[in-house]
Amino acid sequence: MKRIEVLKTYKIYIGGKFPRTESGRFYEATNASGRSIANMCKSSRKDIRNAVVAARKAQGAWQERTAFNRGQILYRIAEILEGRKSQFIEELMLQDSTKKAAQIEVNDCIDRIVYYAGWCDKFNQVASSVNPVSSSHFNFSSYEPTGLVGIISPESSSLFGLVSMLLPVISGGNSCVLIASESKPLCAVTLAEVLNTSDVPPGVVNILTGQVSELWSPLSSHMDVNAISICSRSAYIKDIQIASADNLKRVRTYDDEWDVQGGQGIQYITDFQELKTTWHPIENIGGSSSSY
Amino acid sequence: MTKTNDFNAVPRSPSIDKVGVEERVARFQSRSIKNDSKMQGLHMVLNMIDLTTLEGKDTPGKVRQMCFKAAHLHDSYPDLPTVAAVCVYPSMVRLAKSIVGDFGIKVASVSTAFPSGQAPMNVKISDTKYAVEHGADEIDMVISRGKFLSGEFSFVFDEISAIKEVCGDARLKVILETGELSTLDNVRKASDIAMYAGADFIKTSTGKIQPAATMQVTYTMLQAIRDFYDETGVMVGMKPAGGISNAKLALHNLVMVKEVLGQEWLTNQWFRFGASSLANDVLMQILKTDTGAYQSADYFTID
Repeated sequence: MKRIEVLKTYKIYIGGKFPRTESGRFYEATNASGRSIANMCKSSRKDIRNAVVAARKAQGAWQERTAFNRGQILYRIAEILEGRKSQFIEELMLQDSTKKAAQIEVNDCIDRIVYYAGWCDKFNQVASSVNPVSSSHFNFSSYEPTGLVGIISPESSSLFGLVSMLLPVISGGNSCVLIASESKPLCAVTLAEVLNTSDVPPGVVNILTGQVSELWSPLSSHMDVNAISICSRSAYIKDIQIASADNLKRVRTYDDEWDVQGGQGIQYITDFQELKTTWHPIENIGGSSSSY
Repeated sequence: MTKTNDFNAVPRSPSIDKVGVEERVARFQSRSIKNDSKMQGLHMVLNMIDLTTLEGKDTPGKVRQMCFKAAHLHDSYPDLPTVAAVCVYPSMVRLAKSIVGDFGIKVASVSTAFPSGQAPMNVKISDTKYAVEHGADEIDMVISRGKFLSGEFSFVFDEISAIKEVCGDARLKVILETGELSTLDNVRKASDIAMYAGADFIKTSTGKIQPAATMQVTYTMLQAIRDFYDETGVMVGMKPAGGISNAKLALHNLVMVKEVLGQEWLTNQWFRFGASSLANDVLMQILKTDTGAYQSADYFTID
């Protein structure tokens, strides 16, 4: 008798758990030739609500961790991903990638994670500054995470774009709610499984699948979301900017195609940081001289 | 008909079918509530809250802040009700009364060596007297759970009667501390004793012990109130306290009250929520329903 293959159920990722969407709906993900490759959760606004609650709960503790520890955890993601490479390559190939391109993409992702793991305990001292002022103060500016970031992944990329947008956000101490590519959602859920097994605290990253056309609105109008990260080919940029105005969310727009060389850097981290300046009273104006 | 104050009048309590209670409670949670009713329900919930602070670290400043919140839940949103009452320790009653008295908000005081109730009778009496003299409109007393569990039901009955006498015009809420009573049968028994001894309200918990106001426990107590009303014609109020921290759960409770006791109980005269963080969640739900945008705790007062 011919054995029937057991197909994987792709579920969403909220607060370190893998629930089905609250709405019970699903949609079929297809490849370029229209063949069905998986059933995906079609998340609703209530899933956004639950994900934001989970992300808010996790954010404080994630920010409070030492930057060094965050770096270790991010590095752990890369390690686990390395061990599950073949699964990601298979999924990329299901979604119309060639084998060679898939291998390169997964390797690039791992490198990107390691890159941002390294920045965790370094970006603040590189980007911060001591400022010259004309009063008796030692004046310095340093970065603190914006808080809770909503990420809408680029439609064209299953994994690399998502990783390029996710990593700078969490390396800086933010938590996030991420909406996966609607047409290429497979790797996002498998990445959630990697995150879940690599010491990333529950709720720091939450991943939803479904239609961006119905999810952008509850996400960008949510008063408890502090910033939105989105790509320039999205049809909803203007709407999102308008909806974001109510609580002054930062909206950052990036290229859909993430460059392997130029698509990473400290500026992607500081995009989701708030600059805090401190005026510390001292005796002498020359705060940085030997008399200080 | 009047209440009789005789321990021998307390009827034998029926035993509780736990599985049946759980099934009934599950059904209350599956009602579909449409937006209009939801809004009305949420406003009702706000108006039924006993805003509570019962910490060893309570200061006059903390009580003042809470009393202000009781009267001004969210001033930027029009036509919100105030809460029903503030609930404090006896030492804070006079202060609380001086702030919320003008708004028609009641002051409830816990008493009888709250939360343990482990003190001699004369101390409990003077504790209660002190609160009443300082202007408490309501007294939240605790029963002696130790005595109850060792079978001294008449002691518990007499204790409640004695405190009721001291209360005078103040309404008496009797806290059963159901988390320490172990079984629903005990909850039912304690409810019956309290009501026959003269309680104006029965209340689930102090908020210091988990589990507190589960729907199973509240349902059992509501059913006891129903039976008491059918027997004597006297209405008794219900106050679940502790653990009701979100609007959804509060609405489920209202559904349960309506279906077990009926419309007459759906006012703050007969039903209260003892809570400290419920108000903000309800406010956030009201604003969400109104604006369509999910809300953030950043824009509401800290409680």
